[in-house]
This record gives sequence, structure tokens and C-alpha cells, in this order.
Amino acid sequence: MRLELHKVKVRDVRWGDATKVEGGVLYVDKTSALEEVKDDAFAKVDLELARPGESTRIIPVKDCIEPRVKLSGGNGKEYFPGFCSPMQRAGSGATLVLDGAAVVTCGSIVAFQEGFIDMSGEGARYTHFSKTNNVVLVVEPVEGLDKHKYEAALRIAGLKLATYLARACKDSKADEVATFEKGSTAEESAKYPDLPKILYVCMSIAQGLLHDTYVYGEDIKLSFPFLLHPNEVLDGAVVSGNCVSACDKNTTYHHVNNPVVCDLYERHGKDLNFLGVAISPESTVLAGKVRNALMSAAIGVELGADGVVITEEGYGNPDTDLCLTAKYFEEADIKTVVISDEAAGTDGKSQSLADATPEMNAFVSTGNVNEMIVVPPMEKIIGEAEAIALLSGGSAESLREDGSMYVELQSVIGSTVEIGYGNVGCEWV
Amino acid sequence: MAYRVVHYINQFYGGKGGEEVADFKPSLEQGPVGPGSELQKLFGDEARVTGTIICGDGYYAEHIEKARAECLKIVEELKPDLFIAGPAFNAGRYGVACGDICAAVVERLGIPSVTGMFPENPGVELYSKQIFIVKTADSAMGMREALTSMARLGLKLLKREPLGSAFEEGYIHRGIRKNFFKEKRGSLRAIDMLLQKIAGQEFRTEYEMPVFKKIPPAPPIKDLKHATIALVTSGGIVPRGNPDRLRVSSAESYAKYDISGLDDLTPENFESIHGGYDRMWANVDPDVVVPLDVMRELEREGVFNKLHPYLYTTTGTGTSVANAERFGREIGHELKEAGVDGVILTST
Repeated sequence: MRLELHKVKVRDVRWGDATKVEGGVLYVDKTSALEEVKDDAFAKVDLELARPGESTRIIPVKDCIEPRVKLSGGNGKEYFPGFCSPMQRAGSGATLVLDGAAVVTCGSIVAFQEGFIDMSGEGARYTHFSKTNNVVLVVEPVEGLDKHKYEAALRIAGLKLATYLARACKDSKADEVATFEKGSTAEESAKYPDLPKILYVCMSIAQGLLHDTYVYGEDIKLSFPFLLHPNEVLDGAVVSGNCVSACDKNTTYHHVNNPVVCDLYERHGKDLNFLGVAISPESTVLAGKVRNALMSAAIGVELGADGVVITEEGYGNPDTDLCLTAKYFEEADIKTVVISDEAAGTDGKSQSLADATPEMNAFVSTGNVNEMIVVPPMEKIIGEAEAIALLSGGSAESLREDGSMYVELQSVIGSTVEIGYGNVGCEWV
Repeated sequence: MAYRVVHYINQFYGGKGGEEVADFKPSLEQGPVGPGSELQKLFGDEARVTGTIICGDGYYAEHIEKARAECLKIVEELKPDLFIAGPAFNAGRYGVACGDICAAVVERLGIPSVTGMFPENPGVELYSKQIFIVKTADSAMGMREALTSMARLGLKLLKREPLGSAFEEGYIHRGIRKNFFKEKRGSLRAIDMLLQKIAGQEFRTEYEMPVFKKIPPAPPIKDLKHATIALVTSGGIVPRGNPDRLRVSSAESYAKYDISGLDDLTPENFESIHGGYDRMWANVDPDVVVPLDVMRELEREGVFNKLHPYLYTTTGTGTSVANAERFGREIGHELKEAGVDGVILTST
């Protein structure tokens, strides 16, 4: 399977008469873009732009999406199969990527556990989305709209907008083409008989409305763990539909840029043999956690894996999924490393996990979600500044009179994302 | 101007003798003595060991209050910028003395302090949460290494330079987790660690597994008909408007509400403010999280005697284990005092 990501670099975003990329600037035709995201669920829809370095806060943020569209491969149409494109297997042919741009969805209904993005200042250090040129979709739902319908409408509107932006730039010349090519596990194992065979288990929240992950358009709540070719992950098969704590949800942007997938790929054929990605749903019930952990380990055994990287999504009860998965892999004699964040309390003195197991002896930390940070006031607020009171990691006292905020790190979107996208990690002091 | 350093050592390293003079009383000598000479070399021109306190290990251990006061008095008079004790390696009484005097100097005089010990020294368990204890070998064979780490850390403290992790700085951690920006992103660190683990090489986990306390459940209630039952929840159910501003996540408090006059939780009187689950249904009917309606029915039917008049509630998401443990202990204590026989705990 061969995938080419045709990356068009975006270094700035501005309004324009036509949507296009010119000289590294993404011009957005607001009227056409708004036309794309029309939905009966919205009373009001607006677009805003936010650039790196600006004194801008976006709050509350629900998802971030990289603008992409298929150029060829599959049916060569649109993106996010099952959502914006007809059903097709993702991961082959060519995909256009507006690299350096992101669609950010922002809604006025809070209590979805959303987070915020500061485009400059202390908060900006912790999120990748302060470095992207953002087209922010701000919506207000029609009155009385069921929250679940609202979530679905906003999720799909974000995907549509991302696809629209890329589609409008289809003729742009790529600044860089990244190629991802790998055969079947049997072929690759024959090619590299001496390299350790590595599986990646991407645990994904699947815990009911507003806490879901979608693969090929389907909610995976009732799914078993299953194997994907890494190219499928890098090409829009996985979409975030969840609103767990902002810091450690895998946004849709994160999925298509999954760093574990990219870094395993980079070393494939050099010092390891990358088998593939098992998506494992994080269930709400213990039986589901045990089952999915066992079945993930079984995929590893069937593929003859020597090692596995396991990443968590969320904290608290998913710590149990993480422990069980590590335990069953180790019991099957497959070496494990887990990536997880920590909830060590605002003083860092509490134990960090809600569950533990001795087999989990190789742990990569993506930071203490409870650590307090102060973020300076921003000149421009996209959304609602007061929403911080209801976000995980915020409180009624968070927003100070001068507009600065004293908040837990977990309110910054993507700040401790457990697929290891960032450089933050916890250590003992 | 060079920083001023005072060094504390025991009678042995002070050249007074061994166990036979362990009751040697605290005394001051000018300049560096024993290991202090090496320390001075390591400091170079940046700091000067102005005085050395020598005290017998037996004396400190047997007269801890008195010895501490005597040593503190000397330190206070010398007004150093930095205080260094030991290293004590694996010597138990010496370790405790070094730990105790460092803790006192930090707490009473506000002077940064550094000591050094072997991780199994009993002084580590007693003082590692309060002070910087550099990790050393178990014997004086590791003197040079120990002093090097101690001097390096001491200078950083003096200059108020930002410290790296305990591992990087070479001290025994104080039980605090702190965020750092690392050189490599998480995914790369994980892959490196995995390949090391597969190859059977040494690797360093970034978090050692905590050991959970096992709490034995209380014995079953023998006589339910005469029992008082209480409702406790981590589902974030609070009176409408959240009067006590319970946090939506990472709770650092719990609240207690009088429900004696209520038969039912409704959207008019209660709501969920929990930040970790889809609270839509809980807000349509809060009884789905705190089953007050059913408990009242059972109370009327005489299944149990009485529902405790207070509901205890907190938010169980991102809540640190330390806080959760404290809530449990305090709520349990209050319920026991109030003669409650059983509790229904609802989580979400």
C-alpha cells in the first residue's frame, strides 16, 4: 500500500475572493466556505481566523482538523470516508494536505469538556494548534437542539470545512511529497526477518455520546479491537467524536498525523518491522475493558509481534484499559511500552494513575494534567471567555479580572495528548 | 564576591576519631575540614567554605533537639548562603543527623541546603520529602562523585537557576511530579524505550508503578431493617447553581447537602456539574446518579430503617488519588460518627 501526502505549506491565512493557496498564504472565501457548512442545526455560523503569534484565545474548542482531500486513489474524491467521501479504503494514492493550516471547531454550548487555544503566551507553548493557521468555525445551535445532534452537526461541519478548503486548493503545487509505503505483514516480515516486529495499539475512547471515536464513519463503541494498515490511519480513516478532557483527546488532526505511526514508519526496515495499528475501544464496563485488552493482545500474538507501543486516550477509568492491555501483552511474552499522561494533583504529590499493574514497567509520560499554569490576557477572544468555568481544568475562579487565567494544564487542547505528539513529560523532582 | 558555605560533618570525617568519640559535641572549625577540602576545590572561586561544624553521630542521635539547636546557632552566626551536610553514604545515624540539620536550616533559616546519602539510608525516608538529598554510593568509595553532585546542585540553588528533574540533577526525588519540555517527543521516547526493552538493554521508565492500598470491605449489614443508609456520590450531583462551586473536574473538595426534606431529585432542585461524562441524562433526572426516589420508596416499605439526612458529593474525574483518599477518610469518619450503618456509593 502506497500513500503520497502532497503537502502544500501554509504560513498565513487571510480572507480572499476565492479559496486558494498562493505564496504560502491560504486565502479563504468566507461566503463559499460558509455555504459548505450550512446545517439546519445551526442558528448562526461564522468563521474567524487565528494566526500563530496573535493575541487570540479560542474557547471552547471541540476538535481540530487538518484540511485534506484525495487527489487519487480509492475513488479519488473528498476525504474522511464514511463522512465526507463515499466509502472507500483510505491509505492509497495521493492526498493533498494544507500543511500548517487547521480547522478548529468552536461552539457556544459548553459542558462538552472542550478546551482552549491561545495563539501566543504561555498557553501557546503547550499546544500544536498555536502553531497552525486556524480557520475557526464558530456556531450557535438552534434553540432546544439535542446536545448529541449538536455534537454530530458540529463534528461533520468541521470535517466538511476541512475537506472544502483542501478541495478548493486541489491545483496547488505541493512543496513536499511524503511517501508511506509498506506491504502486507507477511511480505514485510519476509523482507526483514531479523528486525523486531512492532505493533501499535491505539486505545480510543468509546464511551457513549460525546465520548466516541469514529472509524470509516462508524462509532466504534460496539466494536472489537481491529487491525488497520498504518496508511489508513494517516489518511483519514479515524475521526474524533469525543469531548473528553481537552488535554488528552486525540483530535482528528492528531489521528492523521499520529506520531507513533509516523515514527514507527520512519524506522520501518531500519531497526524495526512495523506490523500495523490496532484500534482498541475503551469501554465503560470492566468486562469490555478485559475483552478488548485480551483481543488486542491476541492480534499481537497472531501477528507474531515482539513488541507493542500502547497509547491511552483520556485518564481515570481508561487507566484500567491501559493496565490490562499491557498485562496481557506481557503475559503473551510481547514487550510493552505505554504512553500516558498523569493526574498527580495540582501539587504533583498524588500518585498519578487510577490503576496500576507491575507489568507496566516501561512508561512514557506526557505530563501532569493537573499542573497549574497562568496564561496572559488575550486581546481577541473567539468564542466565550467565561466558558473556562465549565471546562475540565477550569473553575469559576480561573478567569481573572484582567483576562488572564489560572488553570490546570488539562484545559489546553492537546497539551498532554497521549499519542506522544508533544514534548511535555513528567519527572520526579 | 564568593558565596559563603557552611559544611556539617561527623566526628569521623572531622578527624576526631571513630565510635569512641561519637559523643563529640558540635564545634566549629574555620574553613574546610576533611571532605570539605575537596568540596572547596569543586566550588573553585564561586563559593568559599567558611566554616565546618563537626558533631558526633551519637551526640546528635541521643540529644537531637539540643544538637539541632546548637548547630543552628552556629549556622545562624555564620550567615552562609548555602549549607551542606555529609555526604553520609549508608551511615544511619550520620544520615539522620545530616537530614535533620538540613531540614532545620531550610525551615528556620531559609538557607538552601544539600546533603548526600545512599538511597537505603534511614535518613532518606525521614527527610527526602523536605530537602535535597543527592544520591550517593553506599560507602566513602563514592566520595568524589557525591561531592561533585552536591557542589553542582548547591551552586544551582545558590544562583536560583532552574532545576532539572531529580534524575538529571542526581538527587533523591521529593515525591513531586513536575512537567518538563523534553528533547524528544513522547512517541520517539516510547519507540526508543521499546527497542531497548526488546534488546534486553537497560531502560528508564518515566513513572514507576505506584502501589495501591487494598481496603478491605466492611462486613455485610446483619440487620438491614434497622439500618441507617447514606448516599455518597462522585457523580457531581449538586443543588442547582452549584452553591459551593464544586469543580467540574480535579475536585479538591466535597460537599454535603441536606436531603431530609426531599423525596426526589429533579432538574428543578439538583443538577450534575461533572466534567467527565455525558451529563445530559443526569440533568433530565438526577436520580439516575443519586437514587433518592428509590431510596425513599424502600425506606417507606421498611426495607431499611432510615436514609441518612445528608448527601455527600464530589466530582470524580481527574481527581487526584491523594484528594480522593482524604475525602473518603473524612466522609467515612463523619458517617461513622452519625451512626450510619451502610453507604451506597455511586460513581459515573
